Amino acid sequence: MARKLKILPEFWRSEMGPERLTDSSFDFRRIWKRAILLMLCVALVPLMALAYFDYRISRQHLENEILLRTDRIVSNTKRNVSFFLEERKAALQFIVQDNSFAELDNDQRLNSILQRLSKTIGGFIDLGLFDSTGRQVRYIGPYDLKDRYYGEELWFQAVLNVGSYISDVYLGFREEPHMVIAVRKDMADGTFFILRATLNTATFNDQLVYAKESAFGDSFLINHQGVLQTPSLFYGEVLDVFPTGELKRLALSFPLVTKENQPLDTTDWHGRDIIMGYSYIPYTSFILLVVGNKDELMRSWYSARMKIIAFLLGSSLLILLVIPWVATSLVNDIYHADLDRTVAMREAAVAVREAANAGKLASIGRLAAGVAHEINNPLAIINEKAGLLGDLLSQQAEDDGQTVKMLGLIDSIQRAVERCASITHRLLDFARPGEKRNQAVDLQAIITEVLEFFQKEAEHRDIDLQVQIPDDLPPLSSDRNKLQQVFLNLISNAFAALADGDRLRITVTREGQGQVQIVVSDNGHGISEDNLQRIFEPFYTTKSGKGGTGLGLFITHGLVNELHGKIWVESTVGRGTDFYLSLPLQG
Amino acid sequence: MRIILVDDEVELVSTLAERLTLRGINTDWASSPADALDMVQRQRYDIAVIDMKMPKVNGRELMRTMQVHCPWLQFIFMSGHGATAALQDEFRGIGKKLTYLVKPVDIDVLIDTINGLISD
Repeated sequence: MARKLKILPEFWRSEMGPERLTDSSFDFRRIWKRAILLMLCVALVPLMALAYFDYRISRQHLENEILLRTDRIVSNTKRNVSFFLEERKAALQFIVQDNSFAELDNDQRLNSILQRLSKTIGGFIDLGLFDSTGRQVRYIGPYDLKDRYYGEELWFQAVLNVGSYISDVYLGFREEPHMVIAVRKDMADGTFFILRATLNTATFNDQLVYAKESAFGDSFLINHQGVLQTPSLFYGEVLDVFPTGELKRLALSFPLVTKENQPLDTTDWHGRDIIMGYSYIPYTSFILLVVGNKDELMRSWYSARMKIIAFLLGSSLLILLVIPWVATSLVNDIYHADLDRTVAMREAAVAVREAANAGKLASIGRLAAGVAHEINNPLAIINEKAGLLGDLLSQQAEDDGQTVKMLGLIDSIQRAVERCASITHRLLDFARPGEKRNQAVDLQAIITEVLEFFQKEAEHRDIDLQVQIPDDLPPLSSDRNKLQQVFLNLISNAFAALADGDRLRITVTREGQGQVQIVVSDNGHGISEDNLQRIFEPFYTTKSGKGGTGLGLFITHGLVNELHGKIWVESTVGRGTDFYLSLPLQG
Repeated sequence: MRIILVDDEVELVSTLAERLTLRGINTDWASSPADALDMVQRQRYDIAVIDMKMPKVNGRELMRTMQVHCPWLQFIFMSGHGATAALQDEFRGIGKKLTYLVKPVDIDVLIDTINGLISD
């Protein structure tokens, strides 16, 4: 606990103990907490919001980018594939327009055409000429397919109906995936023939490599039944069937009815996040699928996100450290300022009280002097009347007991009058107008002189007298008699408070600005708080019945004021009393 | 030797006079400065014992007036006004030896003072 206390700021500690150092109404802990909370809010909330929005916007931006890119790849690849097929179809159409059946029905001619096609636009494997029955009358290519009958084949029927046909990729007689393009030529006699070319699937596949090679993801073709028409990276080889369940899950029902070129943000059956774009290839049963690997595509954003988070954590940590530190030191400063203010206010209050006290004492002094003067005359009358009474009785000179007793009574009256007179005289002394004779006064000499009065008593009571006066103390310009009386009063009071064997110490020190401070310190019984408040008031005495008039300190206070000095007292019951006397060097 | 006491307190001054008389000193008294002046002009006195503070005329003024008429007269002052030091201040500059007593006055001190003045 003690260790923990050490790291607490001062203002925190100030309110922990029962003794609060300030009496201010500030709740420093609350100020501290509020400052920290407020500053943290102001600093962290915008930072968090900024980071959050940046996160959101950059992610949105990148996702849009990926969608656009997918869209672009779909569009480009679709154009490539379409163009590839259209170009070859157009070439075949040109050949059947340019050549009659008779001209084509010639191996040499057909072979030279295949050679030229391969050299120019390329991608052809073989050429076949079919008559209207579906028989392949001429075949130029690597397989032995001449005179085979194709009348029942799907492609043949399609060419009959439409005039031209681009097939799916299929196995056919060759037991090897391939695709064909066929065109029909109608002749003037109402018969027709068909020219068919088999395309090199490798060349065809090349049209789809962009997405794969650019690390975007996968791109491939499927037909309306979901059969893969080109190899894919992740979704199977040529002629593998795309699982129909998956097609449905991907919202790819066939035929696709969603708007074309609208990429989907979804997951595939491998559980990977993907962006999928798709498009129909016109005049074919091909559907182009472009699948973006979202994890890969978002990688740059993920690293950016990591940076944002790291920055956010770093700056948050900095704020969390700096703000409490700043708040603590600020509140501590406020606390110190408040402490200073409190001390200043206390001192001011003491000064005001002292001034009021001095004023009060002065007016009490004047009042007391007035009263004393008025009482003096009646006292004098009592004194003279009693005296005369005594004189008359003495004249009778009859020594009866009655007379002796009466003379005793008269004596008592006169002693009481004397006592009264001593009080009134002291009061009148006190109220004497401020005449003061300045002379060079050796403080050491005065104190020694005064102490001599008490030397006997000190020895008798075994009281330890200690005097500490600096040797280089210059003489004071002050009133010797008044100083004497002041010390007489203070030392006499101290002696009254001391028990046998106690000590009395008088310490003289030089203070700044030409002041001397004298402390008359005893370790006697001390003065209670209540008595301390009223100690300089006249007739306030704790020695009533023991010869105290209650005027000693009252008069001392007045004398010190006349010497332009200050007197105050500190005391603890049971531990002793310190009278402080501050006197100017030049009174 | 004849003495005059001047004080506005009749009770005080009459009693004091009676006591001095009982002690064999010829003493008259006056309760106002005017009476006192009147008396010193009709009768020779050696010593005047005067209260410092009386209505209208204070002891000091009375002393000056009396000195005009009776330059031989010696003075003792009584005061209810506290310390002798203050009185000394008040009489500084008069340049004559003066004696001051503080009320209430001890009769023996007064007689000693009177004797002291006479023997000078």
